[in-house]
Amino acid sequence: MRAFQILIDGFAISALYALGATGFTLIFGVSGVLNLSHGAIMVAAAVAAWAAASIFNVGTYAGALIGVAVALVAAFATYFAVVKPIQDSRRIPNEEKEIFVLTGTLLWGIMIQELIAYFFTNNAKTVLPIVEGVVDVLGVRTPKNEIFTAIVCCLVIALLWLLVNRTRTGKAVLAASMNPRGVTLLGLELTNIYIVVWGIYGVLAGIAGVLLGMFLGVSSYSVGPLTASAFSIVVLGGLGSVSGSLIAAFVVGYLETLTAYLVSPAYRTIPALLLLVFVMYIRPQGLLGRR
Amino acid sequence: MASFFTSRLFFISVALVIIAATLPLYVSGYVLGLLTVAFYFGVFAMAWDLLFGFAGEVNFGPTFLIGVGAYTAGILNAQFGWSVYLCIVLGALASVVAGFVLALPALRVRGPYFGLTTLVAVLMLQNFIVVFADLTGGEIGLTIPDVITINAGANYWIALGFMTISAAILYGLSQSPVGLVLQASGQDPVQAGALGFNIVKHKLAAFIVSAFFSGLSGALLVFYFGTASVGTVVDVAVGVNVIVSAVLGGRRTVLGAALGAIFLIVAGEFLRPTGELATFIVSAVALLVVLFFPGGFLGAALSREARS
Repeated sequence: MRAFQILIDGFAISALYALGATGFTLIFGVSGVLNLSHGAIMVAAAVAAWAAASIFNVGTYAGALIGVAVALVAAFATYFAVVKPIQDSRRIPNEEKEIFVLTGTLLWGIMIQELIAYFFTNNAKTVLPIVEGVVDVLGVRTPKNEIFTAIVCCLVIALLWLLVNRTRTGKAVLAASMNPRGVTLLGLELTNIYIVVWGIYGVLAGIAGVLLGMFLGVSSYSVGPLTASAFSIVVLGGLGSVSGSLIAAFVVGYLETLTAYLVSPAYRTIPALLLLVFVMYIRPQGLLGRR
Repeated sequence: MASFFTSRLFFISVALVIIAATLPLYVSGYVLGLLTVAFYFGVFAMAWDLLFGFAGEVNFGPTFLIGVGAYTAGILNAQFGWSVYLCIVLGALASVVAGFVLALPALRVRGPYFGLTTLVAVLMLQNFIVVFADLTGGEIGLTIPDVITINAGANYWIALGFMTISAAILYGLSQSPVGLVLQASGQDPVQAGALGFNIVKHKLAAFIVSAFFSGLSGALLVFYFGTASVGTVVDVAVGVNVIVSAVLGGRRTVLGAALGAIFLIVAGEFLRPTGELATFIVSAVALLVVLFFPGGFLGAALSREARS
């Protein structure tokens, strides 16, 4: 009974983590950018969906769509206003661009977070779920919303896999992550590929954010923890490796759920952090990372 | 080094310190209190700059070092009643040990991986403080019975003196041969090693020096506030402020980091009438500086001087 409950709850959380981290790792894999405004973009999507549905009464489906659209706009804004100017800047030496991108996206994330807090307060917000009610799964009373979350996450990840491996654009993205210079030699514009990747990222982060808002609720305080959890999942799996992030998301998700159920919710994040430190020591490139 | 004592930077620094030292004669206690905190923050930022600007280590967890120093000093005073000065020294020493622990992964992993390890260190410290609430005061914070002094002017002078001495030592170190080797090993460890310098030793030294000043400053800050809490010395947001200060003021300048910290805290206070938008405005200004003046305040000023 309890085992099933852990299995089901853990799966939903893990799937959500996986979706959130996939876009993050995709951007790093292709353009070497660690986007520290990740959490802010997810929260912006959730808050937009909440505001659209609860204040402007546009309905849950339209609300969710608006949330994803806001994340898409935010992702493009991050790229064009912060990341691209730093990458193109001549005044910043190449070897320091990484820290500038980190600092820049961090500040950008704080700006988004503060704007959300200013217009919509710091209170926690729960987006109205698209499906309501509970069902009995293997003797565990499970909210339908939880099952819906898990299914959507898996579907989106499957679609992403198809997009990357089966379409021309996707193959260009994959090639850019392997060898950017080679791609430009084949006559593809790197900037276009980056724009596509940031677009994919925006949609992924938006869906993850809206689902998170329905499942657990968000507030502007969730920005930091969300970024940190995506960052640690991605490093645990190996920076830039999408399949590594998926595995890591499930490891972290189940570890947290197990701790919360069997030990105490207060210690929820500790085992995952210890695991992360341990992996850093024995295998610094992460589970499936390449150096 | 000798040329520094005749440079314009030196005279401006001395003039600024002298003007700052006379402030308690004619400004209110409120301004003094604000600047006292800003000076301790300046030391945090300078210590961070030594690690990042010179050793090339992206430390996302400056508050791990600060927090260990602050909480060690606070706990020893609040739970065991040891004297303030002993607690401050022990806090700084505990921070040195923490710096040593933090340096171990740095010698193995690089770049973003090391950045994450330091971030995890902060989160672990935060969890530790919350879990062992009996000892640490948990989320509410630890109330500390003793303070160094309650005189605002004296506190201000202590902070100013501490920052000036720290700045002199850290700046001197950064310009010394040791600082140059550190800079070389940060930029190209393989080549620096090939030239016969012991990189491990130099990096370890940088971590220990950075940790010492962070911890000392954290411990002093705790005895100024009379309380130690996660929100003031450990939270990731505090660490972000330290990093932003250093980048704003100009990385790899040490002195700029202190300027950046003072600017950040004073600007935050000036913007208080704008309410919740204050943090937004400070972040936006910092982002603009990062985008358009990547050298920071001091970097921009120095390059102008070098050009003219």
